[in-house]
Amino acid sequence: MKKSEKMVHPYIPNSAPKVKAKMLEEIGVKDVDELYEDIPQNLRLKREMDLPQALPSEYALKRHVEKILSKNQTCQDNISFLGGGCWQHYVPAICDEINQRSEFLTAYAGEPYEDHGRFQALFEYESLMAELLDMDVVNVPTYDWCQASSTALRMAARITGRSEVLISDTISRERLLTIRNYCVPVLAVQMVKHCPDTGLVDLDDLRAKMTPDIAGIYFENPSYLGFIEHQGKSISDIVHKNGALSVVGVDPVSLGVIIPPSNYGADIVCGDIQGLGVHMNYGGGQGGFIATRDEERFVMEYPSRLFGITKTSVEGEYGFGDVAYERTSFAVREEGKEFVGTHAALWGITAAVYLSLMGPKGMQELGKTIMQRSQYAMKKLSEIKGVKAPLFDSPHFKEFVVSFKDTRKRVEDINKSLLEQGIFGGKSLSTEFPELGNCALYCVTEVHTKDDIDRLVQALEDCLK
Amino acid sequence: MKYSPKINEVLARSPKVAEVHPLQDVDTAQGALEIMYKLDTFLQEISGMKKFTMQPGGGSSAILAMASIIYAYHESRGEADKRDEIITTIFSHPSDAAAAAVKGYKVITLYQDEDGLPDVEALKKAVSERTAGLLITNPEDTGIFNPKIAEFVDVVHEAGGLCGYDQANANGILGITRANEAGFDLCFFNLHKTFSSPHGCGGPATGALGVTEELITYLPVPIVEFGGDRYYLSYNLLNTIGKVRAFYGVFPAVLRAYSWIMSLGAEGLKEAASVAVLNNNYILEKIKKIRGASAPYAKGRHRIEQVRYSWETLKEETGITTEDVTYRMADFGFHLWSSHHPFIVPEPFTIEPTESYSKDEIDEYLAGLEKIVGEAYEDPDRVKNAPYNSVVHKIDHSTLDDPEKWAITWRAYLKKHKKK
Repeated sequence: MKKSEKMVHPYIPNSAPKVKAKMLEEIGVKDVDELYEDIPQNLRLKREMDLPQALPSEYALKRHVEKILSKNQTCQDNISFLGGGCWQHYVPAICDEINQRSEFLTAYAGEPYEDHGRFQALFEYESLMAELLDMDVVNVPTYDWCQASSTALRMAARITGRSEVLISDTISRERLLTIRNYCVPVLAVQMVKHCPDTGLVDLDDLRAKMTPDIAGIYFENPSYLGFIEHQGKSISDIVHKNGALSVVGVDPVSLGVIIPPSNYGADIVCGDIQGLGVHMNYGGGQGGFIATRDEERFVMEYPSRLFGITKTSVEGEYGFGDVAYERTSFAVREEGKEFVGTHAALWGITAAVYLSLMGPKGMQELGKTIMQRSQYAMKKLSEIKGVKAPLFDSPHFKEFVVSFKDTRKRVEDINKSLLEQGIFGGKSLSTEFPELGNCALYCVTEVHTKDDIDRLVQALEDCLK
Repeated sequence: MKYSPKINEVLARSPKVAEVHPLQDVDTAQGALEIMYKLDTFLQEISGMKKFTMQPGGGSSAILAMASIIYAYHESRGEADKRDEIITTIFSHPSDAAAAAVKGYKVITLYQDEDGLPDVEALKKAVSERTAGLLITNPEDTGIFNPKIAEFVDVVHEAGGLCGYDQANANGILGITRANEAGFDLCFFNLHKTFSSPHGCGGPATGALGVTEELITYLPVPIVEFGGDRYYLSYNLLNTIGKVRAFYGVFPAVLRAYSWIMSLGAEGLKEAASVAVLNNNYILEKIKKIRGASAPYAKGRHRIEQVRYSWETLKEETGITTEDVTYRMADFGFHLWSSHHPFIVPEPFTIEPTESYSKDEIDEYLAGLEKIVGEAYEDPDRVKNAPYNSVVHKIDHSTLDDPEKWAITWRAYLKKHKKK
């Protein structure tokens, strides 16, 4: 400890020797080491940890970290057509301004009284999402879409008292792996086939698998593979007739132009808010939402915090607090609904900023722009010899499968060529959906200009010549 | 809650972080992978575990991953059906119990003895051929380090279970004691609690999960590996539980933790821990002298990084509860946390200063508590009717638990309360 006592670091104000001595005196010990009396000697680390030389100089630290980060290439310096669960949308400057404010950024587990803003901002988030989704209950965000879909299915099972769930087999592999791990061994997971031509849920297969044990079906719209599932009403009718629930994953960015799942029978809706004003962050920008109707049997099955609005002792003043806290694991441990903890609240606040900036018209314009640009991209790509886009004969939103089956090059090689041109090609589907053949999942959003798309087309033409 | 250095925020907001897509060719994301890989090696040294994943999106997600690995481990040995119990303790985080239950486990909770520690004899009675594992926090929320922790691990190992160490909060023990020496098979750190990444009102966050050599193949995919000249993502894990979160975790949190450790180094980490303990024991010493307050358990001993105190006497003598004090503290711009439920300690309040607050700030906080206690004895209504200076007045909680009245969104509020 002698050596440590010399260490004075700006992050540790009381490491200043005089202050430390004063505090030790007040406690009545000579050395900090005496405070560790309860840790047995045989459990002590008797050497200094083997870590790199410290960089207490802020400048040295900045140089060091920036040097490593400079090895990253970005979607800003290149043109990226990657999607598949993380999307490049424009992030309005105000989103970063608000989520960098220390009142939100560094706030921890405050109470409504000293952290009023956290409660109100997340209530506003819930309210804005509710408008977009046309549902009355939305949770404080969970980790991501993977978790939101997993929890939505566990909720469906608890609500129906059943033990098996169906999942449309065009779901992303990541979400499927997460759902499987989250359901095993409590729930059984079974896949529902899709129609090979359109990608849509195979209704005959769904009917055949609709046994009395089925708690619900989970499908996505727009799907992971980009096509729009227009049979939502029929799917919901089939499951409802069997006393099961319709659970739908949706890209909230699409809801300015596509009707929300609640309008075609969805009971639980989930998805990701990263597209609503959050940077990609190498996959760190994800946040999951879950929405339902305002019925006690649904609300009481959420594991998440639900911030509600209420009155205060002052007439006309609004206050905020936890709704039905007793259902959470914070209140009743393993008797609670799943678990709650630190999830993705800051991205919820960010999404609230984004939605309030965009408004209904902005979301509509955004959706239209994405539709137009992705249509243009599909059209131009299909003009390339051997290339088919989209693979599925259905309308699409912002993502679509491009088939290179009739070219002589593998997607992996095509993407290497594109990379040399400063273009990140779509995600190869060879591992996730080998049955589709030599295909890639492309994503076109409002950030892609006509020039960007034309450059992609030109680069592909050159590469496939 | 500790200081989140602004320089780390500047770095995390760089386009080299913000504008990177997780599915980019790994050759274009070498910087991100290098940071993830190196943080893994740092955490290995700090814990003694052999491999870390940054995938879990928070501490509870890491606990769920631990419970999932425990399940997959027994499944691979054909014992998953038989081993259906997880043991935890009442002062461990609620998620240690709750996430285990998500995996279908029956949860056995050990209670504290008169010293505030879980009883090793009770553990011996609890273990059996049905034991899948132990999920335990240490130090627990009482701030008392369990000196018999290695014996706990031995007892569970002998019964055939695995042991997961909840080190979400390792603020007081960095460089002092490690999961490995206590014999644990798994452990996790909250990068947002111990390693300075900001809490963001409750995430995004990272529960960095580490395992022993034997359990590496059970980790969620992918893990970051180094091939001598480049970093890559490996999906090749034989027994993997699959995934617990999208992609590879919250990279900005990983970057901030990396930067924090690089700024402090081995000596600085240990200094951060020991000053966190110094600050905590300074507060303990002062609070013991405040009328109406007490620090149950471990009388005359010191604590690690936090203490769960009690206002039991204050309540008996004045009628003022923890909740009342909490509301009054808001008037002075202070936050006072009670504890997780159930309230084992009567009228609990829990204080953890970390290494970040200066002595002056700590003294100011203590002065706030002293003032309120003074009011409680002289003019209890002053405390009862607080807050006065907060942005909001006393909240009516009755509507929040009533399905007819609760309103989780504005549109629900309009439907229920503004009938047209």
